[in-house]
Amino acid sequence: MPRKPTPAYRVFQFANLVFLTLLAATMFLPYLNVLAKSLSSANAVEAGKVNLWPVEFSTLNYQYVMQDFTIWRAFGVTVLVTVCGTLINLIMTSSFAYPLSRPEYVGRKYLLLMVLFTMIFSAPLIPTFILIKKLHLMNTLWALMIPSAISAFNFFVMRSFFQNIPNELIDAARIDGCSETRILWSVVVPLSRPAMATMAIFYAVFHWNTYQSALYYLNDRALYPLQLRLRELIVSDDISIDPNASQFADLAAQSPEGIKMATVIVATLPILLVYPLLQKHFIKGMLIGSVKS
Amino acid sequence: MPRQSTTTAATVSAPARQRRSELWRFMWKYKALYLISIPGALYFIIFKYVPLLGIVMAFQDYNLFAGFLGSEWVGLEHFRYMFEHADFLRILKNTMLLGFYDIVFGFPAPIVLALLLNEVRLVLYKRLLQTVVYLPHFLSWVIISGIAVGILSPESGFLNKVLGWFGIGPIYFLGEESMIRSILVGSGIWRDVGWGTIIYLAAIAGIHPDLYEAAEMDGANRWRQTLSITVPAILPTITILFLLRIGDFLDFGFERVWVFLNPLNQNNGEILDTFIYRVGLLSQQYSYTTAIGLFKSVVGLTLLVIANSLSRKATGESLY
Repeated sequence: MPRKPTPAYRVFQFANLVFLTLLAATMFLPYLNVLAKSLSSANAVEAGKVNLWPVEFSTLNYQYVMQDFTIWRAFGVTVLVTVCGTLINLIMTSSFAYPLSRPEYVGRKYLLLMVLFTMIFSAPLIPTFILIKKLHLMNTLWALMIPSAISAFNFFVMRSFFQNIPNELIDAARIDGCSETRILWSVVVPLSRPAMATMAIFYAVFHWNTYQSALYYLNDRALYPLQLRLRELIVSDDISIDPNASQFADLAAQSPEGIKMATVIVATLPILLVYPLLQKHFIKGMLIGSVKS
Repeated sequence: MPRQSTTTAATVSAPARQRRSELWRFMWKYKALYLISIPGALYFIIFKYVPLLGIVMAFQDYNLFAGFLGSEWVGLEHFRYMFEHADFLRILKNTMLLGFYDIVFGFPAPIVLALLLNEVRLVLYKRLLQTVVYLPHFLSWVIISGIAVGILSPESGFLNKVLGWFGIGPIYFLGEESMIRSILVGSGIWRDVGWGTIIYLAAIAGIHPDLYEAAEMDGANRWRQTLSITVPAILPTITILFLLRIGDFLDFGFERVWVFLNPLNQNNGEILDTFIYRVGLLSQQYSYTTAIGLFKSVVGLTLLVIANSLSRKATGESLY
């Protein structure tokens, strides 16, 4: 800045900093409140004594979550769906985006239009539901993975990444006798590792948070993913007590809230743990996707 | 001369035929590319286009056992019923109000936040702020509803405690019909305002610094610079995102609403998507709710087309 900032601008900058700090606090403090409640005794939570720091520190809520088999089962389902689902997503998305990024693919314009149209006009819920039913995907975990195998948005992001790979490189690989599949897996995919990482993050978060399709397509409670189980817990105080663990009987009767909050923490922990690692990737991915599409 | 005439006849059709066979040879050479793309194409056909065909059930009395071919045709009966039904009109009103509030309050929020963040000169602190405001975007709606239940609860909720300091008595936020729309719009802003700034901040970062220096020479202060340089520079981004938003006008999001709905606030909170799930899937009124879904999609498409052509005329920016 060539000139010194005016006093008015200094005042603004200060007010701005205060405002933004408060705003960030509203994003952060609720979470701290949840954490504090999950680590407090049922009495303290129910009496409304817990703000941002645990009162009458207790790990009973977490002990409860540990012993609730249905929460662990749901956790396992979610991990399974996240891992397998993301793999399916990556394979399907890149194997469709790569050919459509090559100039040698005659007629790619029509296929791109076909994908674009699905972003603007999508089929209503019921016909989709009937399709899933007819394909016998109902009440299977496939229903959470196959119908969302490619996100049109991520497809376009991936395609623009692939387009930036120099043609010469692919031609050289061809001259060396690589098959197209070989080129995709040995040349293109390694070169687009940042793109792959971004896609993996978007898809994995999507699967981790999956709720809607599980609600639509799953009836069998043994298949419920974490979010669905958590929802049950939050809405209906659906607390199942192991008869052998009498120390929880009091807890559930007095305050299911601490248990809910402990489950919220357990369900977000994986995302919170990897979040710092993800941050630089997702910003890059988001930008590439938005600029080109 | 018969010989010559045959050669001229041959040269007329030869280039076309040759071109076609060349194309085939070209495609055959790269057949692997086409093979690789088959699963993806099949995916879009099966999971995106086949259900589109299922839209015909909106004009039938669809019977799961009779199927599309055996079900009786009823024409526009379901659409007529829709607009005569008070329940539907109430839910349509909810959906439109929520969509409207979301555009009025939710859409500008990230733009304002991006402009404010841009004025933060302490680079490290700016990055810290960004890290914090992006985070809620990664929480699922179920988690957010769980947090909200904790914060908004009348007995132990944090917000009611803060209100208590000002002498405002405990409010049962999630049980009040009049609060649900604010909670829905507000929680959406809370979750996505930071995330939405990413693209605007990138647009701002792309502005050439010379512009600011020139404005500085001309004696423009920061506010003037923001109005005359920053805002015009990000206007194309704003327009594009606004167009996308308009197309989703009736798409407020199933999960976001479903996790907050309860019998006490349902009157004002229920939207088309949750109604379709409740009445369509749970009560199996397949045809009626497909008609509603079709209505929703057509309205979205129409709004998008109108907004796009308006925008092309007014600003030269358009999606297609």
